[in-house]
Amino acid sequence: MTSSAHSEPIIKIDQVSKTYPGNVQAVKNVSLEVQKGEFFALLGPSGCGKTTLLRMLAGFEIPNEGTIIIDGENMADVQPNARCVNMVFQSYAVFPHMTVADNVGYGLKVDGVKKKEIQERVEEALELVRLGNLGARMPDELSGGQRQRVALARALVKRPKVLLLDEPLSALDAKLREAMQMELVRLQKTVGITFVIVTHDQSEALSMANRIAVMEGGTVRQIATPEELYEDPNSRFVADFIGQINLFDGTATASDTDEKVIATVEPFGTMEIWGETLGPISLAIRPEKINIDIEKPTNGEHLSAQGTVTDIAYYGGYSNVFVDVAGTRIMAEVSNDTRIRSSTFEHGTEVWISFNADDALALGD
Amino acid sequence: MSWIRNPFKRTTTQDPAGPLDYYRKLWLRLAVIGTLFFLYAPIVNLIAFSFNDSRRNIVWRGFTLKYYEKAWSNDSLMIAFGNSLTIALITTIFAVTLGALAAYVMWRFKFPFKAVYEGAMALPIVIPEICMGVAMMVFFARVNWPTDLPYPLNLSSITIAHIAFSFPFAAIVIRARLETFNTELSESAQDLGATEFQVFKDIIIPHMKPGLVAGALLSFTLSLDDFVITFFTSGPNTLTFPVKIYSMVRFSVTPEVNAASTVLIGLTLILTALALKLQNRDKELPIV
Repeated sequence: MTSSAHSEPIIKIDQVSKTYPGNVQAVKNVSLEVQKGEFFALLGPSGCGKTTLLRMLAGFEIPNEGTIIIDGENMADVQPNARCVNMVFQSYAVFPHMTVADNVGYGLKVDGVKKKEIQERVEEALELVRLGNLGARMPDELSGGQRQRVALARALVKRPKVLLLDEPLSALDAKLREAMQMELVRLQKTVGITFVIVTHDQSEALSMANRIAVMEGGTVRQIATPEELYEDPNSRFVADFIGQINLFDGTATASDTDEKVIATVEPFGTMEIWGETLGPISLAIRPEKINIDIEKPTNGEHLSAQGTVTDIAYYGGYSNVFVDVAGTRIMAEVSNDTRIRSSTFEHGTEVWISFNADDALALGD
Repeated sequence: MSWIRNPFKRTTTQDPAGPLDYYRKLWLRLAVIGTLFFLYAPIVNLIAFSFNDSRRNIVWRGFTLKYYEKAWSNDSLMIAFGNSLTIALITTIFAVTLGALAAYVMWRFKFPFKAVYEGAMALPIVIPEICMGVAMMVFFARVNWPTDLPYPLNLSSITIAHIAFSFPFAAIVIRARLETFNTELSESAQDLGATEFQVFKDIIIPHMKPGLVAGALLSFTLSLDDFVITFFTSGPNTLTFPVKIYSMVRFSVTPEVNAASTVLIGLTLILTALALKLQNRDKELPIV
């Protein structure tokens, strides 16, 4: 392989649109590229078109407009059974009448691979997903997590260029889901195949993916690394969708630099913050970046305001404290980092909230 | 009979009946007992008297199997039984094949007037048997269907009539099974490289299997038991088991008739139980 081939994206989606009968536009003019070996996530609320996009990659839906190129080949006239991608379905779709080994070997069998080679590759694939000794079991004897591993092995055994995963963890309980997240990342590193995962769960996307495309209403809102998405969202929608955030309405005017604006936001007054949008904006600040104190903070660089605690939501490791500042509700995260805490906030406590202007962003729609 | 205990006479250790625990109400228990009695007493009676050592079905005179032996050695009854089995077997093969194809088409494809077609296909289920019997008789007379064909072709008119009325039942059972199919299974197979035909052969047919077997048992029993339609389509030399029993009853109800009927009940019961068992088993199978 030449060096130029390395820089070629493995998936190139170019201005793809999909309209269903009844004029429902599921995907609107989406363009994105996935690099070879990436763990790429399509993230969005239900109905945002992420699954439709994934199904177009697999070949189960045909785009009305645009082109999809996988590994340099235009997929326009390529049937699902001839594509160099494999998919793990939401329901796992493990064939209930076949043993685990037959399930995993099915894709090789229909390809006409020799029996001996099938057996070797199936064993290898089952070993990879840590189901080495369960080849003879029937699917109804397996747990949900094990069935998912079968679905994974069945797709990986075909050595696809890209592995597509449709909400693979949504049917598992919380503990297992966390374990499988780590497992998927490990698998992806081991096999080196490009993974494209569809999920509505932002923590899943943040913890697993190298890059995430946030979708809404059939369009891509932002494509970025997890950290960028969280710390530097490009719009109110992305900021609000990823994690928790305070959004305060205000206006912005131009400042001396292109990267900052002069924002006027009640109840904090006027300040210079990061952002490029002018006019009506939202000041966005994450709750963990807001400090909360009984005394007026002495740190002059911080913006501060006084208010009253209205609610406290306890989550174990941290609590969200809601403070009412002149009619504006502000959420601050307090880390519960010691077992015994001297100062706790209660309903009605008078407190000062403060934050560094550099931690705030001015965001448009 | 402790289980029809009056729930109003309650001791403190008893679990009190909730307002929706109807099965614990005395009147409902009596109604159930009455229904079961009137439903099954005649049949139990018929079976019991097939073992009665008497020409008449009035008083019990002791246990015997001689009427089974007599029925066994009754050549015309045995020929009728053979006819019935032959017809039922051929009917089953055709009914299941046609039913499976019809069910698959209804499930897999969308086409104009699908609802009309679906309704028309299910029509034989609701049409009164007597009408269908007469219609069949008129039809075979009209097309001059030969009546003097050699065995087993002489059974063809009955068989055709049986296929016509039993395949919709098979189709409905198979269709119901297909409704539980998770389309991600076929997509997954296709994704793994299977062609449309391989998907059908490797994934869809195995899923249909319990429906196919249940449909087969259903058509077999329907065909074996059918009297009305058979009566109108059978000739003098093509008596089936139920029609033969009817002709025997016209002279007198002998224990021999009881014995023959008991065999028919037994066969039907076994096949129905098998069909039910298969349907229950596929409920236990996970859909995914």
